This record gives sequence, structure tokens and C-alpha cells, in this order.
Amino acid sequence: MFADALLVAAKDLRIEWRSRVTASQVVPFAFLVLVLFGFALDANRPVLDAATGGLFWIAVLFVAIVAVQRSTAIETTDGARRALLLAGVEPAAVFLGKTAAVALQLLVVEAVMVGGIVVLYDASIESIGLLAATCVVATVGIAAAGTLLGALVAGVRARETVLPILLLPVLAPVLIGATRAFDDALGTVAVDGWAWLGLLAGFGAINIVLGALAYGVLLEET
Amino acid sequence: MTHLGYLLVGWGVSLGVGVAYATSLILRGRRLSARVPADRRRWMTTDDA
Amino acid sequence: MTAPAPAPSHTGSRTTRLLGIAVVVGVIALVLLGFFAAPEDDEQQDAVRMIFVHVPSALFTYIAFVTTAIGSVMWLLRRSVWWDTVAGAAAEIGVLFCGLTLFTGSVWGRPTWNTYWDWGDVRLVTTLILLLMMIGYLSVRSLGGDERATATRAAVIGVLAAVILPIVNRSVEWWENNTLHQKSSLTDGNLEDMTLFTIVVGLVVWGLFFAWSLIHRFRITWLERELRVSDLDLALRERRAEGHTEDGDS
Repeated sequence: MFADALLVAAKDLRIEWRSRVTASQVVPFAFLVLVLFGFALDANRPVLDAATGGLFWIAVLFVAIVAVQRSTAIETTDGARRALLLAGVEPAAVFLGKTAAVALQLLVVEAVMVGGIVVLYDASIESIGLLAATCVVATVGIAAAGTLLGALVAGVRARETVLPILLLPVLAPVLIGATRAFDDALGTVAVDGWAWLGLLAGFGAINIVLGALAYGVLLEET
Repeated sequence: MTHLGYLLVGWGVSLGVGVAYATSLILRGRRLSARVPADRRRWMTTDDA
Repeated sequence: MTAPAPAPSHTGSRTTRLLGIAVVVGVIALVLLGFFAAPEDDEQQDAVRMIFVHVPSALFTYIAFVTTAIGSVMWLLRRSVWWDTVAGAAAEIGVLFCGLTLFTGSVWGRPTWNTYWDWGDVRLVTTLILLLMMIGYLSVRSLGGDERATATRAAVIGVLAAVILPIVNRSVEWWENNTLHQKSSLTDGNLEDMTLFTIVVGLVVWGLFFAWSLIHRFRITWLERELRVSDLDLALRERRAEGHTEDGDS
């Protein structure tokens, strides 16, 4: 199953790499959001400092919606979903593979965005370990929930608008948890960031289990 | 009675929304019933229950 | 099988009419009890009378969404159309109650907590997220398309919402660890007898209304399905009729 998952992930990443969309559009989009937050807060230093973690993760959520939509589109065009099922790949493996691919893309974007908040928002990183761990754990949860809901809305009319309505409330705990952990890693608020990682990991685990279970039903019946 | 304004708004909206929803359910039911053939309008005999 | 009764021209039946009358009587009783019989609170004065609409709305919000979650699981396990219809009906009523809970809570919070909204309050924020998730659930249901696919999509969201909600609750709890909410007002024993009695009356009235609307909403979905099937039949018959005309034996 994990070999299949790797194959699916490699396939998605290869498609993504060849289209160059992540590099040429998604990364600039993420940067743009950071810049817009700067304008919205009137380049007000204290406010920006205090809000950096939250702004970072809101930008990530926006990027996640774009990434999930692209990841789902790969499967919906040309009936690739049917082909994947007929090829005998286990749906859970497809889910894990697509989740991994989305997570990896998001991590690349996040790495660039960390540079963005250091340069644009003058953020000082106090604990790079916590920062990196938060990114990885939170992103896995975001990618899992996104891939599940992406498959869910794949055959629906108006899926571009339905996906955010479904995905964003579900990701509320990630936004809260990852922002808190970032507050600690950036030294803006004295909280125990590592404790929040547990919650993020729980969220990720639940979504991976649920997604692996539900993905087959969704692939076959919708 | 203190806070009468708040109470009237809270109770009024709750009961008002309830009445509005109930009315909409009844009207929808009547409108749909008119369009469904008579032999299919039976609540007690669902074949999929 | 007994002889068929004449087909009803509405979604009512004897049960729902009895329920409906009970709700109307109950609401009148609740208003009289709530505004005149129940005593005012030492601290909140008369603002406490909001409890009689707020607590029943909140409780039945959760009962409705638990019903949706159960219906979702039953659809996924048994492909039961009956349960899927119940899940959808309960979700719609739950969203209504959830909105009312947040609204009456806000209006109650203004005079007692001195604020309409408090981000630090766990139950408040969790309930809002729940409302947003269930609005998403309803929007997926309303998009139409293949019935079984819609039922499966909705069921997965129903289960996901039920599973995620404890995490939302926990995250908000850690986020701002303070709450303005009174610890459950029903169990701390500080309520006057008359207040408690009125709350119970409120719960009964809301429960009856929940049952009434659940039955009506269920029948509406059922009619919609019948309508689609009969339209399909009609279209098929017309096609066949056309075929016969072409063959010349109409």
C-alpha cells in the first residue's frame, strides 16, 4: 500500500513540477497575501509583530485551498479517477499519496514564506526546531483534511466555492494551534508551543485515518 | 421589568424564526403535494424504510 | 394492507397536528411562566429570563446534530435512505437552532457579560465553528446531482464534523483559557424551583417543535424524491408513446 502511495505522490508531484504552477503562481500568490496583510495593517510594526503567526497561517490556508483544488483537478479531468480505480490501486493508498504530494508542495511554499515574514515583517526566529516541527505537523493535517474534502466535492457543481466553505471551518483548530506554536517559536507570546504540537498531531492523525477510510467510498460512489 | 428590550428581541426572534420556519415547511409541503401523483403521497408506506 | 386512505394534500398527519397544537399551547405557557411566574435573578435581574429560550435552543442544537451524525453513520453502514433523509432534515433544523442559540446568547450576553461576543469563551466559539461546518453540510446537500452520491458526501461531512468538534473545543479551550459561561446552570442547584420548572417546560416545547419540524422536513424530502421518480416515469412513458406512434400502432 505504501509503495502505491509513493507512486501516486510521485505522479502528482511530477505533474506539478512539469506545469511549474507552484513555482510560478502559488509561491508568488502566497507572497502577495503577505504583502497585502502588510498594507491592511498599515505597516504598523507592533500589530504586525503580534499578528505574524496568524497572518502566516491564514496565508497558508489560502494556498492550501489552491493546492487542493489543483490536486483534485488532476484526478477529475479525463476520467483519471476511474482509471486509477481500474488500475487496482487501493483508494487509501491514493489518499495517502495525494496527501503527501499536497503536503510537500505546501511545505515548499511555507519555507519561502518563512523567508517572507523574516524579511517583510522583521520576525525573529527563536526556535527553528519548533518552527519546522509546527510546519510539518500542521501541514500534514491541512493536506489530509484538504485531500479528503477535495475528493468529496470533486463531482459537485460550484466546487470552487464549496471547498472553502467546508475546509476552512474544519481547519479552525489547525489555525489556532499552529498560530500559537508560531507565537512561541517567534517569541511573540510566552506560550508552550510544543504542547500545541500534540493537538496538531491529533488533528492530523484523525484526518488521515478518516480520509483513508472514506476515500474509497467517495471515489466509487461520487 | 429590567432588560425588557433585550428580552423582547431574544424571545421575539426565537419565536418569530420558529413560526417562519414552520410556515415555510407547511407551504413547501403543500406545493410539493400538489405536484406529486396521489398514489405516491403516502407517508406511512415507504418502500425503502 | 388496509384500504388506502385518500392521499393527503400536505405534509401533515394526525401526529403532527397533535404535536403542532401541543407546541402552540406550550409556547403560550412558556411565555406566561417565563415572564411572570419565574422569579428574577439576584444578579442578572430579569435578564435571566433569556435562559428559557437559550438553553432549549442550545440543547436541541446538539441533539439535532447528533441525529445527523447517527444518520450519516447509518447511511455509510447500511445505505439506508430513511436515515439519510433524517440526517438531512435534522441538520437543517439544527442549523436553525444553532443560529438561535448564538443569537439569544449574544443578546443575553450584552446586559450580563457586557459584551455580545467573547472570543475567549469556549462554548461560544465552538458553537460558531459547528454552525459554519453544518452550513457547509447543507450547501453540499442543496447542490443536487446524483442522490446516492450526495448522500455519501453529506454523510462523510456529518461524520467529519462530529469527529473534529471535540478538537475544535479543545483548541479553543487552550487558546483562551477563560470562560464567561456559567458552569452548567441546571446542575449547580442554585436555581429557584420555578426557574427550573420553566426551563423544563422550555425543553419540552423545543423538543415537540423539533419532532414536528423533523417529520414535516422528512416528508418534504420524501416528496421531492417521489417527484423526481414520477417525472422520470412520465418522461419514459412519453418516450415509449413516441416510439409507438412512429411504428404506426398508436
